[in-house]
Amino acid sequence: MAKEEQDKILNEVTQSDYKYGFSSDIDTDSIAKGLSEDVIRLISSKKNEPEFMLEFRLKAYRHWLTMKMPEWAHLDIPPIDYQDIIYYAAPVQKAKLESMDDVDPEIRATFDKLGIPLDEQKLLSNVAVDVVMDSSSVKTTFKEALAEKGIIFCSFSDAVQDHPDLIQEYMGTVVPYRDNFFAALNSAVFSDGSFVYIPKGVRCPMELSTYFRINAENTGQFERTLIICEDESYVSYLEGCTAPMRDENQLHAAIVEIIVKDNAEVKYSTVQNWYPGNKDGLGGIYNFVTKRGICEGVNAKLMWAQVETGSAVTWKYPSTILKGDGSSSEFYSVAVTNNHQQADTGTKMIHIGNNTKSTIISKGISAGKSNNSYRGLVKVVKNCEGARNFSQCDSLLLGDKCGAHTYPYLEVHNKSAKVEHEATTSKIGEDQIFYCNQRGISTEDAIGLIVNGYAKEVINKMPMEFAVEAQKLLAISLEGSVG
Amino acid sequence: MSIDTINNDFADLFEQGKSLLEDNSSKFMNTKREEAVEYFKKLGVPTLANENYKYTNLVPAFDHPYTVDLQYRTVIGDLNELFYCDVPELDTNLVLLSNGWYYNQNRELDIPKGVIVCSLQEAAEKHSEIFEKHYGKYAKPNEEGLVALNTALAKDGVFIYVPKNIVVEKPIQVINLLRSDRDLMATQRNLVVIEENAQAKLIFCDHTLTHNKYLSNTVSEINVAKNAVFDLYTLQNQHLNATVLNSVFIRQEANSNVLTNTLSLYGGMIRNNHYTLFDGEHCENHTYGMYLMDRQQHVDNFTFADHAKPNCVSNEHFKGVMDDDATAAFTGKIHVRRDAQKTEAYQSNNNLLLSENAVINTKPQLIIDADDVKCSHGATVGQMDDDALFYLRARGIHEEEARMMLMFAFAHEIIEKIRVDALKDRIDELVEKRLRGEISKCNTCAIACNQ
Amino acid sequence: MLSIKNLHASINGKEILKGINLEIKPGEVHAIMGPNGAGKSTLASVLAGRELFEVTEGEVVFEQKDLLDLSPEARAKEGIFLGFQYPIEIPGVSTVNFMKTAVNEHRKYKGLEPLKAADFLKLMRDKKNLVEIDSKLTNRSVNEGFSGGEKKKNEIFQMAMLEPKLAVLDETDSGLDIDALRVVANGVNKLKNAENSTVVITHYQRLLDYIVPDVVHVLFDGRIVKTAGKELALELEEKGYDWIKEELVK
Ligand SMILES: Nc1ncnc2c1ncn2[C@@H]1O[C@H](COP(=O)(O)OP(=O)(O)O)[C@@H](O)[C@H]1O
Ligand SMILES: [Mg+2]
Repeated sequence: MAKEEQDKILNEVTQSDYKYGFSSDIDTDSIAKGLSEDVIRLISSKKNEPEFMLEFRLKAYRHWLTMKMPEWAHLDIPPIDYQDIIYYAAPVQKAKLESMDDVDPEIRATFDKLGIPLDEQKLLSNVAVDVVMDSSSVKTTFKEALAEKGIIFCSFSDAVQDHPDLIQEYMGTVVPYRDNFFAALNSAVFSDGSFVYIPKGVRCPMELSTYFRINAENTGQFERTLIICEDESYVSYLEGCTAPMRDENQLHAAIVEIIVKDNAEVKYSTVQNWYPGNKDGLGGIYNFVTKRGICEGVNAKLMWAQVETGSAVTWKYPSTILKGDGSSSEFYSVAVTNNHQQADTGTKMIHIGNNTKSTIISKGISAGKSNNSYRGLVKVVKNCEGARNFSQCDSLLLGDKCGAHTYPYLEVHNKSAKVEHEATTSKIGEDQIFYCNQRGISTEDAIGLIVNGYAKEVINKMPMEFAVEAQKLLAISLEGSVG
Repeated sequence: MSIDTINNDFADLFEQGKSLLEDNSSKFMNTKREEAVEYFKKLGVPTLANENYKYTNLVPAFDHPYTVDLQYRTVIGDLNELFYCDVPELDTNLVLLSNGWYYNQNRELDIPKGVIVCSLQEAAEKHSEIFEKHYGKYAKPNEEGLVALNTALAKDGVFIYVPKNIVVEKPIQVINLLRSDRDLMATQRNLVVIEENAQAKLIFCDHTLTHNKYLSNTVSEINVAKNAVFDLYTLQNQHLNATVLNSVFIRQEANSNVLTNTLSLYGGMIRNNHYTLFDGEHCENHTYGMYLMDRQQHVDNFTFADHAKPNCVSNEHFKGVMDDDATAAFTGKIHVRRDAQKTEAYQSNNNLLLSENAVINTKPQLIIDADDVKCSHGATVGQMDDDALFYLRARGIHEEEARMMLMFAFAHEIIEKIRVDALKDRIDELVEKRLRGEISKCNTCAIACNQ
Repeated sequence: MLSIKNLHASINGKEILKGINLEIKPGEVHAIMGPNGAGKSTLASVLAGRELFEVTEGEVVFEQKDLLDLSPEARAKEGIFLGFQYPIEIPGVSTVNFMKTAVNEHRKYKGLEPLKAADFLKLMRDKKNLVEIDSKLTNRSVNEGFSGGEKKKNEIFQMAMLEPKLAVLDETDSGLDIDALRVVANGVNKLKNAENSTVVITHYQRLLDYIVPDVVHVLFDGRIVKTAGKELALELEEKGYDWIKEELVK
């Protein structure tokens, strides 16, 4: 394609708008900016938490004070002033929602606009939703229907009140607060999130989904998700997120912990579409997330599927500890960066149990002036026999001002392991575009086709409703950007 | 001893040994030396905290009271008689170094007129114009602690100059003999300048002739000008008490063609830093390496292909076989800079682990800032191909033999890239013997060191 | 329908087409033959609008329009179809999806509504039967992992879907066994009518037994050096191209 045309198309992309960028006028109960032990005590008391929770938060906070923000990622992040952030903001609502009618109409309107009606009748019948706005869960649908099967699906705060034993037993076991800087921060200040418990032998009959929305200004969002799957159980869990367009950067530091027991299976899908900032790199969410699951039981299975199109900065490595013999994990990811976005994302597969298997398929697409890095670790420990890993990391470049980087780490301490890594970097072939042109397809559409084809392997792994959404998102994020 | 103590000891050494270091060394080298001392004070010996040394802990290797020769120590006896390289039909221009110092009684060389092969010290004085144009220009003492250390202590090594349009037919073989009655840290600094349209092949060998503990920290700077063709073969074959730190910095100008092959056959601890800067268009580069490690040996190959200009092709392939308690690491960085369009860069690293305790850590990396590129990397760790093994056995070949054949085939892929036939045959033979366990180390030395 | 006058084209400053003149009327079949490297594929690419080649001189008029002014996709929608000598693989994009996009682009250009899913599938089925292409192929990614013969069949299938006015088939016969050749030729023949024209680029006379040309041209070193009836193809097959070279020297 001619250079001018590339530039033209690149320009068009940079003008495409973020369609979730509105903000809603909702009364918010928030505390003053800044972080201290008092703030943490305040958060804990506002949430009426049991003593063990406060202990946990304070321990995490004290540990966080000794830590430094990590610098190893291929990211260029201006210093973050952690005292200039509001650590607790929740929409003002009645204490406990009795029915749908109790949800603040403004909040309902917000989610209608986002295409997520909170009304159960309007919902797709096979998806239960927990909705988290700023720091608080505002509504969980289908709670009762699920409860009949013994499934617990509720906000984290409710779980702390109603199932403190489960929280105490599992919280922090997969991602200890000492794990990293952001995990420590989250453990100190997290306000809400989702909790899932699937009892032994139960297949969750519907997709469970959490929808995260940052609304309030100057706030950070710190949510925490905990999923526990007992023996022989199954759940498919989806996570989606958006935020309004604001000129300042906002911080999102979440933790996800997943425990998968004997013969159980979890699918965890994410469509991450936090506000990426404007075309000049102003504003946008800093997304620092620690997601980790443990395949604790024999033949346990954990699948991660993610489509990442949002955030100014993404730092995220959903990981699996393959502890149970015969357990397996798959990681499928499409990460798109455009304009000034930066993403450093990937996965870790830690093989401990015998005959454990992992597959990593990562597709990075970079456009504009963005930087997109894959960083992954495959580790086979000494006594792990018969581990298998296959990794494929492809990068597609659209434009000549963006970067694509791959940093895989393979650490193998057992000779019976078979570990393979392949990576390629390429740009969309001129001959491919010409072939499409010759069939009457415009260059823009050709790119859309090719990119969706490129990402198909990953998108196919997502539940239907999400796959369609993800595909649209890819098209919007990249609208026409090619070189 | 802690790393700080080690670093401070070196700083003291620079201070107290300053006059000895500067004596008999050119002003130019001494200026570079002073800069390097400052860099070293900042960087120190690399530790595990350094991402590039994540898998190689140098502290124990440095934590030893080595003797450091700041001045040339007279060689006792005639090295030419003490040592000969017995590779059959390997007809080379042989140059001997003693503990990193150029050996003054080297024989006459069969080289075309205008070609210079001499000691670094001599080059700095006698060929100062060429020397100063290149010395310290490619190595990075400001980034790499080992290079800073080398530059701070460097006094000698080999200097090779091939003028424009000259083809040196016979390979130049530089053998560094480590021979001392005390535990020794040797510093060798080499400079190789291949001018436009010239050609040369260089073989670097290392041999330890006594049982003492050695640490050799070598830096080689190589500039390959336009249209020039250059081969570098590095044979690492030392004893278990040796630490080999070898940093090579190659700069390629337009249309040049470079092939390197680093063969690590033996050594207690080996770290190779291999940098290639593509500083002109249409360069071609092949970087190969093979490591065969057993016992408690450790080898770490770090390579960096820096594609700064468009239209270059680089192809990198490292293979390793690890047995017993051996550990290996590989890092292959490919950086394609913003304007280096039409770069083709390929890289792969394959490993075989043969024992319970062998470990491999591999880290191929692509850093791509240009869009019109073809880049790929791959890394594998695994055992032998079961299907191939079965196929051979189905033809009546004994399993042990079949394994041996496949393992040899695995290594041969790297060996066959050697463009000096006699050397290739010799390495083939050596590797086969090694794999069969017939020899545990190079027996090409006239003086077997009985290790 | 198509009129090419004194067409010159070059790549990286090297002239490949050195003054091509060609007239094609509706309903005609033209064959272009010539040795390797003569510029046959270049001519086809230039007609389709490949920007790699620079047109330095001459004009190309297609249905009263200046073709050289149009983008590749506009030319396609005007009715020019290029059967690629080496069809391109597009991983991940299914042929169904690819063709749906293309067909609807053509319809939009003609002011027609996009086809409904059911109608589109029916159209696919009909055309597949016409060119005897296996259903499995259209469900796979475009040309990915296809054999040479499958790729060529896929080109004819796409041609059937898009119903071009002028089809330029670049070595559509190369690498085909005789059965596949017959299938491809039959497909082309079935699509032929009095309104549309075909340019068959080939090395061999054999294809021309099935697709009978009205005119045969010999392209040599960037020029059309000989034009005659279909008997020329036989003569070329028998004697090769050397006699033409000799004739040229005289
Ligand atoms: N992409 C290209 N880059 C450079 N030269 C090319 C390219 N494509 C074709 N050519 C040159 O153009 C000439 C004609 O090629 P082509 O049109 O493919 O011949 P034909 O199809 O008649 O065999 C040949 O000399 C070929 O080398
Ligand atoms: Mg051709």
